Amino acid sequence: MSEIIVVTSGKGGVGKTTTSASFASGLALRGHRTVVIDFDVGLRNLDLIMGCERRVVYDFVNVIQGEAKLKQALIRDKHTPDLYVLPASQTRDKEALTKEGVGAVLDELREDFDYIVCDSPAGIERGALMAMYYADHAIVVTNPEVSSVRDSDRILGIIDAKSKRAEEGEAPMAKHLLITRYVSERVAAGEMLSIDDILELLAVPLIGVIPESESVLQASNAGVPVIHDQATVPGQAYADVVARFLGEDKPLRFLEPEKKGLLKRLFGT
Amino acid sequence: MGLNPVEYPKCGAVEFKGSVFTLPVLHLHSVDLRVVVEGLARHLAKGLRFFEGAPVVLDLGAVRGQALDLVALNEHLRAQDLVPVGVRSADPEQQAQAREAGLAVLQGGARIEREEAPRREPDSLPLAKVVEQPVRSGQQVYARGGDLVLLAPVNPGAEVIADGSIHVYAPLRGRALAGVRGDTAARIFALSMEAELVSVAGHFRIFEEAPPGSVHRRPAQIYLDGERLVVRALDPWKDPAHSI
Repeated sequence: MSEIIVVTSGKGGVGKTTTSASFASGLALRGHRTVVIDFDVGLRNLDLIMGCERRVVYDFVNVIQGEAKLKQALIRDKHTPDLYVLPASQTRDKEALTKEGVGAVLDELREDFDYIVCDSPAGIERGALMAMYYADHAIVVTNPEVSSVRDSDRILGIIDAKSKRAEEGEAPMAKHLLITRYVSERVAAGEMLSIDDILELLAVPLIGVIPESESVLQASNAGVPVIHDQATVPGQAYADVVARFLGEDKPLRFLEPEKKGLLKRLFGT
Repeated sequence: MGLNPVEYPKCGAVEFKGSVFTLPVLHLHSVDLRVVVEGLARHLAKGLRFFEGAPVVLDLGAVRGQALDLVALNEHLRAQDLVPVGVRSADPEQQAQAREAGLAVLQGGARIEREEAPRREPDSLPLAKVVEQPVRSGQQVYARGGDLVLLAPVNPGAEVIADGSIHVYAPLRGRALAGVRGDTAARIFALSMEAELVSVAGHFRIFEEAPPGSVHRRPAQIYLDGERLVVRALDPWKDPAHSI
């Protein structure tokens, strides 16, 4: 039985697409057949982060409206054999995402894939509601700052009220909290919310913490999800997230400020 | 000098939107204008500058069926710097006069509200509404006719409302409104008081920064003492018989 995972946050710019790309890649790297769908109609980014923007011919909306077959719109990832990307439309109106249309596409994908990752747009409008409506799991991406946490709280409330599982009285969606752009030095200095502060407010189990790092931006610009670079801290942190999602016990790491060695202290960084 | 071109706003020239206002209501206990004007002057002389220029609604519930010169009263009120905007609980004769004086005829009145207030009969007490999930930003929970019990946090931006009391066995970080249908005996209890706003029977208080230091993040209760909203720490019970 395949599972649908929505990556959502409410607030924009917190790292949803980065997370969707690395999380989906991580599942595929472990041999699970995975597809990642961009629900951000009109502002598509996932294809850029995945480095397949030049291969987009048909998109999600084309499939919903019957203008293309699903197989024509799915783009095979060039880094990972078991991963496919279903890009968003750059030109259509987001009203094109209908509940029936999205449901039909997801049903068809379920036949072929183990995991369906839905990259939600920011906000709480149609695109975001459709991305989470059919999901079995939600990964809520939050930055350690007040407005991001508030928006995540709002999204968690909407998931509990407006998802298909909520409407039909099924078991509630499994929720996972992912803290991104975490800077341990700024938390220590009191400039950022601590993990405990965030957990106390959101009351959702933590699936991982991704430290702020230049390598995320470099990976985005290169079109290679950061999880492929296991020499980087975020790459390893995302690999841990995937492992925890699959039920493995991985302690949190990268939470303490890096200890500067003698040489670094003498010569700076 | 040429005419300016007419500019049409994109969203249409006008738009109707609903909004709720709290207006002072002036209850008339006499139709004798001299008595009314004198009484009003005495009130305003107390320094109630609050009412200067304020829109007021006239409640005629106590003088229904009596002849009242609303047009003249309207002028008197305006002379006192009040702006009458409507009447309520008026009889048909008074309603016609109100329209003549340019006043709106409003529905409802104190008497009707009283009829709608919940009656607490011993055998029909509503059960408390119990909520086990966090109430999150943007969500609202209302316990109609009774108490509201929350076993998980009420987060910032969330609103919990009850006709009776509100009990939060977790942090209260959002807004809590108890006794919203006028029960002045309603109270708010929280194990960790971090509320943004609290209200009992319409008497509200905003904690712009945080609740007062003595109760912030501590167990506390909120209740009405007359017109005053009291915020007090909820200290563990000490049995006086055993304390030395």
